[in-house]
Amino acid sequence: MPDPLFGLGLRKDHYRDFLETDVPVDFVEVISENFMIDGGRPRAILRQVRERHPVALHGVSMSIGSADGLDRAYLHRLKALADEIDPLFVSDHLSWSRFRGFSSHDLLPLPYTRETLDLVCANIAVAQDVLGRAMLVENPSSYVTFGRSTMTEWEFLDAMCARSGCGLLLDINNIFVSATNHGFDPVAYIDAVPADRVRQVHLAGHSQGRDMLIDTHDQPVPPPVWALYAHAMTRLGPVATMIERDDAIPPLGHLLAELDQARAIGSPDRMAA
Amino acid sequence: MSLALIQQDFCAWLARSDADAAGRIGKGAGRGLAIYQNNYRAQLVACLTEAYERVHAWIGEDAFLAAAAAHIDATPPTHWTLDAYPAGFVATLAALYPDDPDIGELAWLDQALAQAFVAADADPVGLDGLGAVDWDEAVLRFSPSLLARDIRTNAAAIWSALSESGTPPAAALLDEPATLLVWRLDHVSCFRTADRREARLLDAARAGERFGALCALFADELGVEDSATEAGRLLGQWLADGLIVRVDGGRSIR
Repeated sequence: MPDPLFGLGLRKDHYRDFLETDVPVDFVEVISENFMIDGGRPRAILRQVRERHPVALHGVSMSIGSADGLDRAYLHRLKALADEIDPLFVSDHLSWSRFRGFSSHDLLPLPYTRETLDLVCANIAVAQDVLGRAMLVENPSSYVTFGRSTMTEWEFLDAMCARSGCGLLLDINNIFVSATNHGFDPVAYIDAVPADRVRQVHLAGHSQGRDMLIDTHDQPVPPPVWALYAHAMTRLGPVATMIERDDAIPPLGHLLAELDQARAIGSPDRMAA
Repeated sequence: MSLALIQQDFCAWLARSDADAAGRIGKGAGRGLAIYQNNYRAQLVACLTEAYERVHAWIGEDAFLAAAAAHIDATPPTHWTLDAYPAGFVATLAALYPDDPDIGELAWLDQALAQAFVAADADPVGLDGLGAVDWDEAVLRFSPSLLARDIRTNAAAIWSALSESGTPPAAALLDEPATLLVWRLDHVSCFRTADRREARLLDAARAGERFGALCALFADELGVEDSATEAGRLLGQWLADGLIVRVDGGRSIR
């Protein structure tokens, strides 16, 4: 069976579609934390959807970059969910959200230094050990950079993958947002990431803030992100791709049309032509 | 500056708008830090607004946002899941509105229904097999979703009217204090009020008292026979509500 290639995020607005119709996707991705609950309808729905589709677990609260380490209770809850769902991937972000009892519930930026690399790799090792599987780590979008950084984000990703054994979830929109906000070349970024580590790609939209682009996931994938995706596919080859929409959720048909656009760019037969 | 110190400063900026901490994070970081702080506060406000839909409708947008801002300033989130954050808002509202107990009770109901929605699964017992139970020794086990709270106001009626887009009644004290019961049945959270007698029996039952003893709970008040009849009637109500998920003692029934 070929690897699942094109998927959508499973969101509440589309539960009925996924339960009652044969939605033409190769996989779905869910926000892990929404299902790390004791029971009830969300878990029941996830079990039903899993009977039809492979499921990727995408987290937002592991806080891989926390200087005071990972939350073991969180990891064990995630492991229990992963063991039940047998996911296609388990992923989270190269960011931090929690420190000494404070939890921001946001994906906060990290300085790219040797100290951070040591810490992130140690945390990934703990997570992979508890989960019993390799993780994917997603490049973040960011609004702040640190003068003390000693390497670029893509250099950091390369070193992180090599040392920790994790894979990459490459978010093309995040690259575009950060490149615009911080003035680097997004094509150079894509050309430098370790292509053999990229297991999944995210496509999403963003909004123009007063001073910067904001990673809102409330818009269709815009033309510059499609162009970057097309470039990325020339390097990465066929890779699992999903449309990530988290707000202003449109009817499912709109997202399937976007997914068709991704297929037109990233399908193996198209790429071979 | 270590990563721990950077993260400490970031937290101070987000939670307390500590300008000195922001300055230490980096030159020229101000615009980006403002975005992170806006995201932080906007997400928590949205979380509280979604969790307390009826309270929001009951006290109005301005009062709700003021209460949310006070809560966010006083109570930064600590749990890994955002779903845990709304729970503390019940106490904040009760403190902000000490003369309006309907608001705190309405908030508790919003929150309890959300908690019941994702509580552990457990199927209610059916009627099959109950005839074989040794009821004197039987111990009732209740749904893990069951939550109870004493109330003084008509918050339940207000909640229902707001949920049905009807005109809510004016806040009023109940003639008799009551207990609000919240639980989940067939993936749907539900609630009803219980009178003082039912609440007393339920407390004893949830504490693990044998049904034989429950039958005698109201003997002083009603007499032995009517006390047992009342306990039996309430047992029937709990079974019909789907509140009981196991009957232990002698022979367990699931």
